[in-house]
Amino acid sequence: MTAVEETPLSAAGNPIGFGRMHRKEDARFLRGQGNYVDDVQLPGMLYGAILRSPYAHAKINGIDASAAEALPGVRAVITGAVLETLGLAWMPTLSYDTQAVLATDKVRFQGQEVAFVVAESKYIARDALELIDVDYEPLPVVADAKKALEPGAPVIRDDKEGKTDNHIYDWEAGNKEETDAVFASAPVVVTEEILYPRVHPAPMETCGSVAHMDAVTGKLTLWTTSQAPHAHRTVYALVAGLPEHKIQVISPDIGGGFGNKVPIYPGYVCSIVGSIVTGAPVKWMEDRSENLMSTGFARDYHMTASIASTEDGKILAVKVDVLADHGAFNGVAQPTKYPAGFFHIFTGSYDYPTAHCTVKAVYTNKAPGGVAYACSFRITEAAYVIERIVDRLAVELEIDPAELRLKNLLRPEQFPYTTPTGWEYDSGDYAKTMRVAMDIAGYDELRREQAEKRARGEYMGIGISFFTEGVGAGPRKHMDILGLGMADGCDLRVHPTGKAQVRLSVQTQGQGHETTFAQIISHELGIPPEDIEVIHGDTDNTPFGLGTYGSRSTPVSGAAAALVARKVRDKARVVAAAAMECAPDDLEWELGRFYLKGDHEKGMTIQEIAMASHGAIELPEGVEGHLDGQVVYNPPNLTYPYGCYICVVDVDPGTGQVKVRRFIAVDDCGPRINPMIVEGQVHGGLADGIGMALMQLIAFDEEGNNLGGSFMDYLLPTAMECPDYELGETVTPSPHHPLGAKGVGESATVGSPAAVVNAVIDAISPFGVKTADMPLTPANVWRAIQGNNIRTDLAVE
Amino acid sequence: MQVTVTVNGVDHTRDVEPRTLLVHLIRDDLLLRGTHWGCDTSNCGACTVWVDGDPVKSCTFLAVQADGKQVRTVEGLEQGGELDPVQQGFMQCHGLQCGYCTPGMMMVARHLLDHNPHPSEAEIREGISGNLCRCTGYKNIVESIQWAAENPATSEVTA
Repeated sequence: MTAVEETPLSAAGNPIGFGRMHRKEDARFLRGQGNYVDDVQLPGMLYGAILRSPYAHAKINGIDASAAEALPGVRAVITGAVLETLGLAWMPTLSYDTQAVLATDKVRFQGQEVAFVVAESKYIARDALELIDVDYEPLPVVADAKKALEPGAPVIRDDKEGKTDNHIYDWEAGNKEETDAVFASAPVVVTEEILYPRVHPAPMETCGSVAHMDAVTGKLTLWTTSQAPHAHRTVYALVAGLPEHKIQVISPDIGGGFGNKVPIYPGYVCSIVGSIVTGAPVKWMEDRSENLMSTGFARDYHMTASIASTEDGKILAVKVDVLADHGAFNGVAQPTKYPAGFFHIFTGSYDYPTAHCTVKAVYTNKAPGGVAYACSFRITEAAYVIERIVDRLAVELEIDPAELRLKNLLRPEQFPYTTPTGWEYDSGDYAKTMRVAMDIAGYDELRREQAEKRARGEYMGIGISFFTEGVGAGPRKHMDILGLGMADGCDLRVHPTGKAQVRLSVQTQGQGHETTFAQIISHELGIPPEDIEVIHGDTDNTPFGLGTYGSRSTPVSGAAAALVARKVRDKARVVAAAAMECAPDDLEWELGRFYLKGDHEKGMTIQEIAMASHGAIELPEGVEGHLDGQVVYNPPNLTYPYGCYICVVDVDPGTGQVKVRRFIAVDDCGPRINPMIVEGQVHGGLADGIGMALMQLIAFDEEGNNLGGSFMDYLLPTAMECPDYELGETVTPSPHHPLGAKGVGESATVGSPAAVVNAVIDAISPFGVKTADMPLTPANVWRAIQGNNIRTDLAVE
Repeated sequence: MQVTVTVNGVDHTRDVEPRTLLVHLIRDDLLLRGTHWGCDTSNCGACTVWVDGDPVKSCTFLAVQADGKQVRTVEGLEQGGELDPVQQGFMQCHGLQCGYCTPGMMMVARHLLDHNPHPSEAEIREGISGNLCRCTGYKNIVESIQWAAENPATSEVTA
């Protein structure tokens, strides 16, 4: 982006607008002065701990908490029975289902919340858990989604009146009739079973909260690990009947979210109840096993994908049937009208007229969740399935996968483009982006190297993924969560001396909002970014909005920030005109200053205008004093970032060990407000993709035991597994976003897994391997080479 | 039982239960909140501090094991108002995002550079392989440590 070089610098050396700039938030983090939820310390604070079910499915015959209650230092033991008396034993999920806060009738997954202890120290609280005696009666378990709808399968949600099976919903998109007709006459059809196994976002900071119910004022203050503080406040008001103006939700520094901190968890509710019951502030922080076993998982999509094409590789149609494992409660966080999220964007980046998908969702005895982990509402699954099946088609047709993609990519003149399932892609020049990636990779040379190595019995693979995301949810008329439209507010105040405060509805979990949003205001008003304070994460001090997830901060809130700054600039023009005794139209704007048309010397800086707007000059009728504004931004459409990723791996066929040698990522997210931050977001997503493709997995055994319940079992990539990424960019602005920006937070997590898997399959294709499921651990790669693929999601042979 | 721990050069004497973890002593009793807790199994490294000059995972280290020893935490990196080169490197190279793993990463990085002032990229990656980061994909952390190696001017500090 050439604008970066042209951006003038402030006295402090920061770009006045877009460009690379060190982060404002770093100063506190580098000194260990961050303020995370677990750092909140209040006088008289008590500590909560949760007793969790060891069983995946069991009837609760009784709970004896008397020994725990008698332990010195224990202030309260709260069970489902206690919550029932308050009407709080069950809470609504973000998908209009219900979820037990503390189990009353039975437990439905291993790790489910059963009782909550409040004690004077965290050690005593844990001790007390050991003293609670729960009489469980184990029940048959549904651990395999494919068996959930079998006749006679145990009914998990017998709490729901009239429920006689484990079915949640059936949903479809596209045109079945037309798709079937194309498939019936297509020269080439390839079908593959593709699993996107259950994984967990596992942010470094687990989930937790500190609740303080002030008995005198009736005000609840909740410090919590929330990616959506305003939405959470409203839900607490609706669920608990607490008056919304007496609830303050504060998301202080958050140690990573990735979607894990969008839902409301039972622990948050318990900390609130604990504070009400004891009259003291109550802190609850889950441990790592609790985080991995009970909070929002991601994926668990069992997909059957088919692609139809001509003999020479022109794609004609794609269809996908999904069996979606939602766990024991449908706790998926997504816009109401989209029960499968944005999965129906699975048609990808290619030009063909016909597609269809079905999604069948079921309950199992596993933790709830589904939409989490930087997935842009299931676009991870969508991008993975299309990029795997296109690669599979390339193998079938013996066409180079790059050539096949280039032959089918949408062309620039086709935008805006309406997909076969109804999305309107706003902009793109896909082939250009792909060629940039191929150039960085040295694609032809890599293929030559691969051929030479194969001749010597060495197994190198090259994998490509081309993805398109739809982010920035979303237009109010289409998108809401629990009835709350997905628009976001932004307030801007320019103080008399020209320093500014901007208040956001979104909340950073590491994305760098305090810097990026200052740069947006700076870009529009010419105020140096160091003179702009970004305030966020506190419902008492920020405007309403739905929060940070689905890569929506820049597409939605960033647009709001740009527009509020323009509104303030318009007001500044009127004030300047009044001060200069001219007409507003006589003034011209340049960065940070209005000047008189035809006389550049005569003008006022934004700082001078700020002082004047608070001063004594006469303002035109109807113009209020001061220099501030507020907007609510309702996006007209999603934005559609895209990219091309190329992964190069070496595989040892004797051990199945995969080494990621290179990873090339070319993203087009429109103009980059702070390229340094954008690149950092991409790096993190690439590590996610490598992790999910090669090692991360939450599997279960037949008893419903979670086999990924600690970092000893749930393996995350370290610096050793990750290569030195090679990034590139193209810039195609969104035509409808005020800054042209498209969002990038989840692009790499969405786009990268398919590149890694395609590379590994490519590497071991000489053994006749055409498919294998994630995670491609050494054992699973070795099995694939032996022609013995297994289901990776279950601990059964 | 009573323990005396010297943290960042200051002696602290506290009565603790024998089972008290060092991370809890540091965070909850000494109120040094820069040391973070992340996993309980010594896998993630968010709680890394130095004990007598070597990095330990303070979530699996008892406070009593630190009795009479020198502990250095992230709060002890800055010296005389001057950020350690490692801290400067993390800012220069965008080596942090959410900031949660950062203190542990920097403690390991400082130790690495003290013992190997000019590490290769592979040595840096191995050096931080006991510390997880979920945000950065490690590339910029590696570059931050390389920056610190190339700009050691204000280093020369041991606690």
